[in-house]
Amino acid sequence: MVTVFPFVWLLATSLRASGTIFAFPPVLIPHPPTLANFVGVWNTMPLGRFFANTVYITAVGIGLTLAVSALAGYPLARMRFPGRDAIFYAIIASLMLPQHVGLILNFVTLMRLRLIDTYAAVYLPSAASIFGIFLLRQAYLVIPQELEDAARIDGASEGRLFLQVMLPLVAPALATLAIVEFTGYWNAFLWPLIVLKSPDRYPLGVGLLYLSGQFATNTRYIAAGAVLMTVPVIAVFLALQRYFLRGIMLGAVK
Amino acid sequence: MDARRTYTAYLFLAPALLLLGVFTFYPVVFGTALSLFEYNVISPPRYVGMANFSQLWSDRYFWIALENSVKYLAVVPVLQFCSIVLALWVRRPVRGIAWFRAAYYLPVVTSIVVVGLLWRWLLDESGLVNYVLLRLGLIGAPIHWLTNPSIALYAVMFVTLWKGLGYYMVIYLAGLGAIPVEYEEAASLDGAGPLTRLWHVTIPLLRPSVLLASTLSAIAALRVFEEVYVMTGGGPVYSTYTLFYYMFDQAFGALHLGYAAAIGVALAVITILLSIVNFRLLRQGGLSYY
Repeated sequence: MVTVFPFVWLLATSLRASGTIFAFPPVLIPHPPTLANFVGVWNTMPLGRFFANTVYITAVGIGLTLAVSALAGYPLARMRFPGRDAIFYAIIASLMLPQHVGLILNFVTLMRLRLIDTYAAVYLPSAASIFGIFLLRQAYLVIPQELEDAARIDGASEGRLFLQVMLPLVAPALATLAIVEFTGYWNAFLWPLIVLKSPDRYPLGVGLLYLSGQFATNTRYIAAGAVLMTVPVIAVFLALQRYFLRGIMLGAVK
Repeated sequence: MDARRTYTAYLFLAPALLLLGVFTFYPVVFGTALSLFEYNVISPPRYVGMANFSQLWSDRYFWIALENSVKYLAVVPVLQFCSIVLALWVRRPVRGIAWFRAAYYLPVVTSIVVVGLLWRWLLDESGLVNYVLLRLGLIGAPIHWLTNPSIALYAVMFVTLWKGLGYYMVIYLAGLGAIPVEYEEAASLDGAGPLTRLWHVTIPLLRPSVLLASTLSAIAALRVFEEVYVMTGGGPVYSTYTLFYYMFDQAFGALHLGYAAAIGVALAVITILLSIVNFRLLRQGGLSYY
């Protein structure tokens, strides 16, 4: 159908041996299919580098987001302390704020911290995910109080309670968050475009666009690059659809 | 004991509060304030009051960008309509329907760069779309989808539609799932055919989802940037130049950070106004309808 066919075409193009992608009539099934484009884009163009950058940014980004959300959601759900509600509502309210104005100032902040053109500039601003905090708080809320009481009676300290009782119980929420964040970090484009200057730090999104400008005539290579960028996300998505869709619905319902 | 509890709580919250403070609250508040200054990164900010805004008012690029962004809103009703239809379509208990749902969601999880490049190739004068249309006899000569100023914006809007379908489909699936089946059953017991049921029962009950989805969609449409950047670079002749693009160029191209902030504020105001209008239009509905 309409949504899948363009991807099929992209795949077919990346497997073609020669010719431009604008052949009239267009070739659908390449004779013979070849992996040369994939090899080419990885070796002669720095796609391998872009791929590595993306993996690094995504891994660190997900790790940070999970850690921050898991830590922040816990007291908001299971402790009573002065300022708790105020903080929670402030966090929710910030969803209403127009975020795009902040882009400019975030750039300035990172500049002042001398973090422009580093990987940290890419993942740091998104590490505190409101969606993530909200999601984890929900997950902590439904843990029965008896479990917590039992652990305390057994003499567990706060730290042990958190690490060995609470965290394992919110694992599904963490998984959902990880998958949603994976897509976000892997496909990141606008923010890396703004804060990165050296091509050898580019992640796949920015890198692909950069290549398509530099090597405008070698579209088969770019197509292969596009396939390489998309396959991991599709693989993750197909394998873990359930978590994905649940994550989107939770985000929308807010 | 209480003090220790509070201390622990804030300890846990510290990373989040720090990051949110620095990268979410501070930028939005002070970013808005930045619109009252002139700032080019090299020299310190200089207060200019409303000068940026009055300059904006007489800036023809601002009005061009505004017009394009407003035109872009046309994608919202089309997108919502198609997504609702799609959601209804994939709810049928047909074998393998889950694959369809996944297929429709594929463009959503794909990077906008891949989507943009892909469609840039497909919509090229010698690309696949023109080929199919020519072969089917629907057009006489290749259409310049992305290089004709009167068409380019709509071509990019189509790509936004294509990419967004699955996302809103999921929202509507959730909304449809929340409708108690008794209402539809009662209606068919009363003799209502499927179309009548759809129009008088399902759709009104879906209103909260429509409100949510259309608001999200409208905000996204006003703010569109990435697909334009990848596919047309704002051209041809500024026909796809949107407000966000203008802000981007001014901030990171020309380094007129104060002016860019003013554009951002204008965009934010328009977005808020639109959300209010949307909310009032679609406020009723849902289960309270009955």
